[in-house]
Amino acid sequence: MGIRIEGLTKRFGDFLAVNNFSVRVEPGELVAFLGPSGSGKSTILRIVAGLDTADTGAVYFNGAPAGHLHPSARGVGFVFQHYALFRHMTVEENIAFGLRVQGAGRQRQAERVAELLGLMGLQGLGHRYPSQLSGGQRQRVALARALAPAPKVLLLDEPFGAVDAKVREELRHWLRKLHDEVHVTSIFVTHDQEEAFSVADKVMVIHQGRLEQSGTPDEILDHPKTEFVARFIGEANVYEATVQGREAWVGPLRIPVPGLPDGTRVSIVIRLYDLKFWRDDGGHATVVRMSTLGDRVKVEAEIDGAGRILSQFPRRSSLLQGIEPGCRIHIEVTLSRAYASEAAAEGPADLAPRLRAA
Amino acid sequence: MPKRARTRHLNIPQRAIVLAVAAYLGLLLVLPLGAMGVRALAEGPGTLLASLAQREALEGLLLTLIVAAICVVFNGIFGIAGALVLTRHRFLGRRVLDALVDLPLAVSPVMTGLAFLLIFGRGGWLASSLDLLGLKVTFAVPGLILATLFVTFPFTLREVAYVLEELGTDEDQAATTLGASPWQTFWLVTLPNIRFGLGYGIVLTLARALGEFGAVLVVGGAISGRTQTATTFIYNALEERQEPAAYSMALVLALVSVALLVAIEWLKRRRGRE
Repeated sequence: MGIRIEGLTKRFGDFLAVNNFSVRVEPGELVAFLGPSGSGKSTILRIVAGLDTADTGAVYFNGAPAGHLHPSARGVGFVFQHYALFRHMTVEENIAFGLRVQGAGRQRQAERVAELLGLMGLQGLGHRYPSQLSGGQRQRVALARALAPAPKVLLLDEPFGAVDAKVREELRHWLRKLHDEVHVTSIFVTHDQEEAFSVADKVMVIHQGRLEQSGTPDEILDHPKTEFVARFIGEANVYEATVQGREAWVGPLRIPVPGLPDGTRVSIVIRLYDLKFWRDDGGHATVVRMSTLGDRVKVEAEIDGAGRILSQFPRRSSLLQGIEPGCRIHIEVTLSRAYASEAAAEGPADLAPRLRAA
Repeated sequence: MPKRARTRHLNIPQRAIVLAVAAYLGLLLVLPLGAMGVRALAEGPGTLLASLAQREALEGLLLTLIVAAICVVFNGIFGIAGALVLTRHRFLGRRVLDALVDLPLAVSPVMTGLAFLLIFGRGGWLASSLDLLGLKVTFAVPGLILATLFVTFPFTLREVAYVLEELGTDEDQAATTLGASPWQTFWLVTLPNIRFGLGYGIVLTLARALGEFGAVLVVGGAISGRTQTATTFIYNALEERQEPAAYSMALVLALVSVALLVAIEWLKRRRGRE
């Protein structure tokens, strides 16, 4: 089922949680709503499910307005962050609940429960109570419960937020695999970019209740449309500068900024892997710290007169040869983006500059 | 639950405090109850049974049980409804309502009785309409029921509200998104989840209803065979110097209280574990 959300706005007192939000989710898609906490993404999900009501705007299921539908009549499966399993019911009873209240026969319930226990890898746990399960198992039961009545839409609110890293990885894999098998239109909310990018077909970045950008993981990583997306997605270095003759200066680093008038204040965003450097006693920066993060090394350097710059490379990268804390280096920025600081709505200036020291 | 401190870890002043508290409790709680038990059984269990088998005693006990049962049912239903309204909804005057619920705990039962006399008694505000309907409230069973309902109102509501607050609304919402009607959600999800809190509230209601004295005395007048409850029976028996009867009934009430106490402890633990 396709979902269309149009002009959704929701206030909680003075706080504008959702601000004129519109998106379209195609039938069978698996979409991630990605944003920092408090960005309004969960509220949007709850409005789609009918658990919250919007102040203005509308939700359409396959083109038909859904606003008047009681949440129990929307055919929506909802997975809660903290599972919300019925604690006084066994796993089987939890999974059968939707079919039971919708009047399905015992035979049908039992078949469906068995099918889902198999699909979710929960065989043999049917008679346990939720309190006797691990976090990952509980979340799979919650998923099975939501899927049992064959919903037209599956909504997941921070589904893997409450489990530890290893189980989270496993559950992501599950969700992706499940979606490839069941093909139900799904939206999941997360603040974890890795999760959004590894699981979803399409990612919608949400900030302050508005849609910042929507696209495939590659589109969002390679062509961030707004400064927020550029800063939020992947770690990045951000510098404030002023455009002067189609370029801006970050200390000794010259960054070309074509297409912006002189005097424009810009934010220069440089990804951790969009730069290179080499040892050069006459260079313009000093390495401050190097930390090994598993298979990668993070290098922190101080640019003369412009503050810190972070970079990250594979541990065996040739770039790291001869680099050690305290040494002088020469930096070259291979890719940077500039965004006008004022809401001048200039598109991002995608640049592949050759950077030279002054 | 914190581990019980072991005696050998206590120093001298601590031991003194423990001893003092134990003595205090003994003097206030154990001694009177024990004395009553001894006194009630002093003339042998035969006398005890005989005095309990009196028509008046049985009638009083029965009346108390009926009143208590009615309180459990009505305050159970309204307690759950009130708790749901107070915890799940935000509306104008919610705080006032929330504070009013505790009124019966703050007001002396004798005052409650007087207030009911003022409304329903002879020359009271509603007296003429009650006369028209041919209903008698004061110095009759309906008055006892009303007064006890008032006195026991907060217990179920408070206990259920506490559990509902802890529970949150996730499970109810999950039920709703799975297609359950509000009624199905209540019976299949909410009620099973609050059952221990509800049970605790009911036991407290029972204990309070069985022991109520002031309000039922003022409203009902303790008329033998009509409005005499178990507690007012004890009072009357003492007045008439029928001490064995008074002590026997007191012992029965005390035993019921102990049973309820055990139930309370069990429910508290279950509720805590939920």
